[in-house]
Amino acid sequence: MMAKQVTIDAKGMHYTPLNQQIRKAVEDGADEVVVQNVLGQRFIGDGLRGNATIHVYGVAGGDLAMFMSGPTVIVHGNAEHAPGNTMDSGKVVIHGSAGDAVAHSMRGGKVFVRGNIGYRGGIHMKQYEAQRPILVVGGSARTFLGEYMAGGLLVVLGLDGAMDARGIGSGIHGGEIIIRGNVDDACLAAGAKKVPLTDEDRKRIAPVIREFAGDFGLDPEPLLNADYTRIVPASARPFAGKYTWE
Amino acid sequence: MSSNLGSMPLRYRVTIDREQCMECERCINNCSYGVFRRDGDRILINSRKCTACHRCLAYCPRDAIMLEEQPCDYRSHPVWTRATREAIYNQARTGKIILAGMGSVANLPVIFDHLMLDACQVTTPPTDPLREPVELRTYLGKKPSHLDLCRNSNGDVELATELAPNLMLETPVMLGHMSYGAISLNAQVSMARAAKETGTYMGTGEGGLHAGLYPYQDRMIVQVASGRFGVNIDYLERGAAIEIKLGQGAKPGIGGHLTGEKVSKDVSRTRMIPEGSDAISPAPHHDIYGIEDLSQLVRAIKEATEWKKPVFAKVAAVNNTAENVAAVARSSVDAVVIDGFRGGTGAAPRVFRDHVGIPIEVAVASADRELRRQGLRNEVSLIACGSIRESADVVKAIALGADAVYIGTAALAAMGCRVCGNCYQGLCPWGIATQRPDLVERLDPDVASKQVANLIHAWTLEITELMGAAGINSIESLRGNRDRLRGYMLDENMLNVLDVEPVGA
Repeated sequence: MMAKQVTIDAKGMHYTPLNQQIRKAVEDGADEVVVQNVLGQRFIGDGLRGNATIHVYGVAGGDLAMFMSGPTVIVHGNAEHAPGNTMDSGKVVIHGSAGDAVAHSMRGGKVFVRGNIGYRGGIHMKQYEAQRPILVVGGSARTFLGEYMAGGLLVVLGLDGAMDARGIGSGIHGGEIIIRGNVDDACLAAGAKKVPLTDEDRKRIAPVIREFAGDFGLDPEPLLNADYTRIVPASARPFAGKYTWE
Repeated sequence: MSSNLGSMPLRYRVTIDREQCMECERCINNCSYGVFRRDGDRILINSRKCTACHRCLAYCPRDAIMLEEQPCDYRSHPVWTRATREAIYNQARTGKIILAGMGSVANLPVIFDHLMLDACQVTTPPTDPLREPVELRTYLGKKPSHLDLCRNSNGDVELATELAPNLMLETPVMLGHMSYGAISLNAQVSMARAAKETGTYMGTGEGGLHAGLYPYQDRMIVQVASGRFGVNIDYLERGAAIEIKLGQGAKPGIGGHLTGEKVSKDVSRTRMIPEGSDAISPAPHHDIYGIEDLSQLVRAIKEATEWKKPVFAKVAAVNNTAENVAAVARSSVDAVVIDGFRGGTGAAPRVFRDHVGIPIEVAVASADRELRRQGLRNEVSLIACGSIRESADVVKAIALGADAVYIGTAALAAMGCRVCGNCYQGLCPWGIATQRPDLVERLDPDVASKQVANLIHAWTLEITELMGAAGINSIESLRGNRDRLRGYMLDENMLNVLDVEPVGA
């Protein structure tokens, strides 16, 4: 059976009718929705269910795929802030760069960004049972990467030069941040600590790196064999020692 | 940890009248704090463990138990009170921030108690609610600034304005946000049933929506807080309305923190976090770093739920509440909840609980006035909360400009809570603020839901009577009607802020 494809021209369209059209296409059984001429429309794929693939051509606005549960969104361009915000499952692939708070509070699914991300990437990502969110950044990330992180996996590959983020993992109490190359101790926030990447860890992240490389047409081999810094919480209970009772 | 401070004076002393006691051991069985134990032929008492929860007194068949607060005096001193001294001893021993349960204990005047309600005499006759209807039905949500009408093909006039979704309440009293985890599922189910029975709504708090509440989901206001615990598209779609928690009256400006000990298997499933892990809600939402971002979150939620549900935002009452509320009112929200500084909580730093924020009476009055001044009052409903103790407080809050109120502690008290403030121990003998199965079982939703419904029903009757006495036959005529209030022993500045005349004026 041929995959059913629906094309939507988003030129000059407000995000609400755009999302209505995307929803309708998915409800009507489209496997692939191609959205052309996107110019900053927010909330694309917001709360969307199912397993369709949405291709976004242009610049996606803020909160792309927020609350999304299932579909795949592929952005052929950049995305504004917080793609994958509070996302439950599914996948977001961004061929360009993205703004601040990428994957904010994401509980499950994957966000792959080929370019750079802004400040507070992966903030408060969390995990639950089989749900374990994954954020992979091809380029660099800014300060407060993985802040308040409570679960999941955050990988920064630094393909276009070393990352200069500071305050990494402030308040982290779960999950792990894996950064290609060395990270200076001074760039870690209180509450985060560096540990060596073990062979087990390397095996664990290999399929993620292969998938990322596959999505962007990169050669995975140099990435699989590279040196990485693994950053984890110094404590699962960062506030445990702060309080006493009346 | 070693210190030279020794033990603190007892907070409470429990005694048993041995003449009355029949040694039935109900006290031993009921006290989850371990005050009572049997030793041979005697029931022994360890008063140090007592929290004054009254469970033993309530279930003693002979009224044999007596409780005394502060049986040991300190040297009396107006500055160095018992509370200040004991806080110092605690912090000298631990070096930590003191957390406390329930609302503020600061001994500050309650403005509600200095506001008197009006009643009709001869110039206008009172309304008898038995004879004439007094309408309490309340709609929460945006109201159109004007109405467009059109004529249909039959020549009838129809409304052309598209109305925003509103919540319809049969009484202006709702049950506030207390999360599963902070309170038990039986407590939540009891309140949800009461909400359904009385035609009102209940908040989930930031704890997700347990499957046991799905039968009442059309009566639930689901909360989205900074931790986003339990929030997914199913959760948003189940709720009758969605509330974004920006702040809390008991601890303005700081986040929340459910300790890992309270994250049981069932709580973990509902919050969607690993069992035993700390649930940390940061102080800000990390997708709201400015007022324009709030609008984006509100719209993200509306877009996800296809603009079918009202979205509320809750802020703590602080110095610039009026400006905050006016800003929030421009962010597409349908209602703004203001939580006063006496608002309850499972746990808050004592220093915040007793020192940060402003009273709800002032906050709601100034917010209502600012919204009217900016022509925004129709854009949002105002919900007041934080120490609404009785029906008179509801009437006064509405006369000061609220559309409805949330109650929290009052609803817990209706289920047995004695406001002992030890919620954080997780041992609530009333089965409310605990997850221990044997304790939770003590709270029977068939019984407790009736008690909560009774309270709402009783308040509704009293509100009806108060309105009737004032000759007001619909809640709209009471809303913001400060002329029906008079300030008693309030200073001129306070009267100006409240926009209320003094008694006699």
